[in-house]
Amino acid sequence: MPNTISFRLNGKPVRLQVDGNRKLLWVLRTELELTGTKFGCGHGVCGACAVLVDDRPVRACMAQVASVAGKKVVTIEGLAKNGGLHPLQKAFVENDALQCGFCTPGMILTAYGLLRSKRKPSRDEIIQGMDDNLCRCGAHTRIVDAIQSAAEEVKQGT
Amino acid sequence: MPQLDDRKEHHSEQKAGVSAKVPTTDEVQIKTPEKICGMGHRKKRKEDPRFIQGKGNYVDDVKLPGMLYMDIVRSPYAHAKINSIDASAALEMDGVLAVITGEDLKAAGDLHWMPTLMSDTQMVLPIDKVVYYAQEVCAVIATSRYVAADAIEQVYVDYEPLDAVVDPFEAMNDNVIVRDDKEKKTNHIWHWEAGDKAATDAVFKDAATVVKEKLYIPRIHVSSIETCGMVANYNKARSHMQIYMTSQAPHAHRTVFALVSGLPEHKIQIISPDIGGGFGGKVPVYPGYVICAVASLVTGKPVKWIEDRSENLQADSFARDYHIEAEMAADKNGKITGLRVKTLSDCGAADAAANPSKFPAGLYSICTGSYDMKAAHVEVDGVYTTKPPGGVAYRCSFRVTEAVHMIERMTDIMAHELGEDPADYRLKNFIRPDQFPYKSPTGWEYDSGNYEAALKKAMDMIDYRALREEQKQKRANGELMGIGISSFTEVVGAGPSKDYDILGIKMFDSAEIRIHPTGKAMARFGTKSQGQGHETTYAQIIAEELGLPSDDIEVEEGDTDTAPYGLGTYASRSTPTAGAAAVMASRKIKAKAKKIAAHLLEVGEDDLEWSIDRFQVKGSPDQAKTIQEIAFAAYTNHPQGMEAGLEAVDYYDPPNLTFPFGSYICVVDIDKGTGEVAIRRFVAVDDCGHIINPMIVEGQIHGGLTMGLAPALYEEIVYDENGQNLTGTLADYLVPTAVESPKWELGKTITPSPHHPIGAKGVGESPTVGAPPAIANAVVDALWHLGVRHIDIPITPPKVWKLLRDNGVTD
Repeated sequence: MPNTISFRLNGKPVRLQVDGNRKLLWVLRTELELTGTKFGCGHGVCGACAVLVDDRPVRACMAQVASVAGKKVVTIEGLAKNGGLHPLQKAFVENDALQCGFCTPGMILTAYGLLRSKRKPSRDEIIQGMDDNLCRCGAHTRIVDAIQSAAEEVKQGT
Repeated sequence: MPQLDDRKEHHSEQKAGVSAKVPTTDEVQIKTPEKICGMGHRKKRKEDPRFIQGKGNYVDDVKLPGMLYMDIVRSPYAHAKINSIDASAALEMDGVLAVITGEDLKAAGDLHWMPTLMSDTQMVLPIDKVVYYAQEVCAVIATSRYVAADAIEQVYVDYEPLDAVVDPFEAMNDNVIVRDDKEKKTNHIWHWEAGDKAATDAVFKDAATVVKEKLYIPRIHVSSIETCGMVANYNKARSHMQIYMTSQAPHAHRTVFALVSGLPEHKIQIISPDIGGGFGGKVPVYPGYVICAVASLVTGKPVKWIEDRSENLQADSFARDYHIEAEMAADKNGKITGLRVKTLSDCGAADAAANPSKFPAGLYSICTGSYDMKAAHVEVDGVYTTKPPGGVAYRCSFRVTEAVHMIERMTDIMAHELGEDPADYRLKNFIRPDQFPYKSPTGWEYDSGNYEAALKKAMDMIDYRALREEQKQKRANGELMGIGISSFTEVVGAGPSKDYDILGIKMFDSAEIRIHPTGKAMARFGTKSQGQGHETTYAQIIAEELGLPSDDIEVEEGDTDTAPYGLGTYASRSTPTAGAAAVMASRKIKAKAKKIAAHLLEVGEDDLEWSIDRFQVKGSPDQAKTIQEIAFAAYTNHPQGMEAGLEAVDYYDPPNLTFPFGSYICVVDIDKGTGEVAIRRFVAVDDCGHIINPMIVEGQIHGGLTMGLAPALYEEIVYDENGQNLTGTLADYLVPTAVESPKWELGKTITPSPHHPIGAKGVGESPTVGAPPAIANAVVDALWHLGVRHIDIPITPPKVWKLLRDNGVTD
């Protein structure tokens, strides 16, 4: 049955009439037309659908849309602030950490969550923190490089 | 970075199609300044800004007005008779518009069968029986994805299970016939041979040493993170079919669709937008595509079909599945003299590989690899089993991975058997640099190579001799350390049209370049990037040739209405074919530009010379016209009698394939308690000829190595005896992540292809081909003294643990 669900999406309020059991991924992609969040496996295994809910990475293919009511949701489309790319986005380009680009939104947002939970992660902590995100193009070591260099910038900027 | 006035030619321009001796270097050549950013620059990718902001446009991102959704009912049996399909309950559901069955497709003009790319046939939807687990049985069309997914649960299919045949050797006995639609009631599909049997037998008769081994290269799956899908949009008023499709070969697919459906080819537009990884899995035409297109034809509305992950893993084309018996002969000096190989290729329920037509076993006969030997003979038999059809590549050129794994394992076994160091043994047996172009015993002409240089570089980088000393000491202490080498030869860039075609369409590829009046350009290609960075590298090739800044060149691929015809991107063919076409089209433009420059400067063409981005008067470089000035004149002040405009198209038919190569060295430590293999170091020296963008090449090598590591240690599609897929999710089919990825240490040598116009070769797949045997050789090297001669990949901890226990090793 449709529920009224309100939350903040990429800094703006949204209010939807939607079945609260539906997965956040498909509501974002369908009703809200934000297709940057990707379907990869539907089981929370690959990480392509990661979004931020109250600044923590969440697998949107597993999360019911009702679970984000009253919360702040950020998708890859909302990560750049005031026209400026986030240091992670810049670092992914600088380190050539993407190829087909399909896993990239989930990688960047998972890394965002990682850097929020740990300000100065070691390389090993980054590797462990990215263990549940698949990149079939095999860019993992460069993704880790990118997160490491972005961590430096985020640290200096705060 | 060189400045604009640094116009020294570092290497002379190569002509396409000329064989010549080529020297090996290790420095990337840069001839253009950074603002032009031609070849050799580490240019950041043009694709990236949209991808990092979630603005890529993949098939599932396409949303058309009134779009319907399709979902597919799939078989729970590997082999079963279909007694009936009852879709009445599904059809009663709100939002369900149609259920399409095999009977419907038959009535629509025998569309229930389709040709495979190997000229075999494959069911689109069955009428009598299913022949693999997760086979498409019928499809539901509904107004939403949710309704379609719910409705497939309401279709009742009455199956009568039949015996499955999962083991290809058992299938060869013909006790269970998979394809009883065929006239000949046998599972044996084809027999194929290469090389000289008599000469090989003679060499084996005279051999001082012969080693034999059985190797299984297991069935694996590319499992790109984007699954396959389509949006078909038939416009009845225009009789026009627009298709968005996860396609690595949109033009070839358009032609196949035209031939199968009877729709005229000019009324079919295939758009392959951004593709979330291909690796060979998006080359075949899958039943879902055909059903989706039919669904749009029937309903007159756009229809979207996107696979879920299990459908992708369980039903889409697999790779490998080669059962190999190999024998290698050596003379009394340890020199390799011959190779004899028999292979059974498990094709599943249809031969739906994507090999060139004349090559049922792909380029497998490249299997003498990097070693000079007198004779070789290879036999391959294809057989049907009740498993999904295939097999495509998994990031490799047609069956080269199987060939390289076999020859690199056999060479290692021979070296160990003779008590020789595996590195020294390779150096002793390599084809020497002065033997190129080299004619192999199975008929290949290797265009170039310098195997010794690559292996020696890898040995230096890893300090090979010191590692062997360390290994000795560790072994004395009971520790298990192994060093594995793979010195592979790839064969990519199909191909010369005299030998290579897909369903009769010759394997050329194309580029079309248009230079606008203000000196900006649009370039379109017959290939289709799936992450390889074509938008960046093709622009760099054109920048190198024409001096236009690569940022001023827009590269477009994947729309069959606008791009010139080409065979697509797979088997590392884009740079060898379409990359060469970009060069040749640029040179056609340059020839016209020269005439315009002569007209503008009022000199003869012979008085002009090219310099980076301009034609200048010989001996008087201040009298010059830049490419931008020439482009403007092409539309505003061109010589009378000359056609206006500045554009060219080229369909490049390569004179030969290119033969990239490399040497990889892997060091492993094995945990005696768990059997776990830890990769301590992995050095990869690749030679792909001249490099267009080192950053992208290195990224491709990282990716290829990771996809080489995957089948070596983790991935395998497993079936039970009933043909049920036991690895149908990403929780069961283990794709490596950051945790499994070692620190890759890259090196390079540069031996240009003598026939490619810029001396380039393919590279994206070399590491997938080269890495598995380096890892397998390292593990066997660690265990050889215990009596272990071979381990089939994936080398999982349970396999190693059992071998250790069998050989009396306990922690």
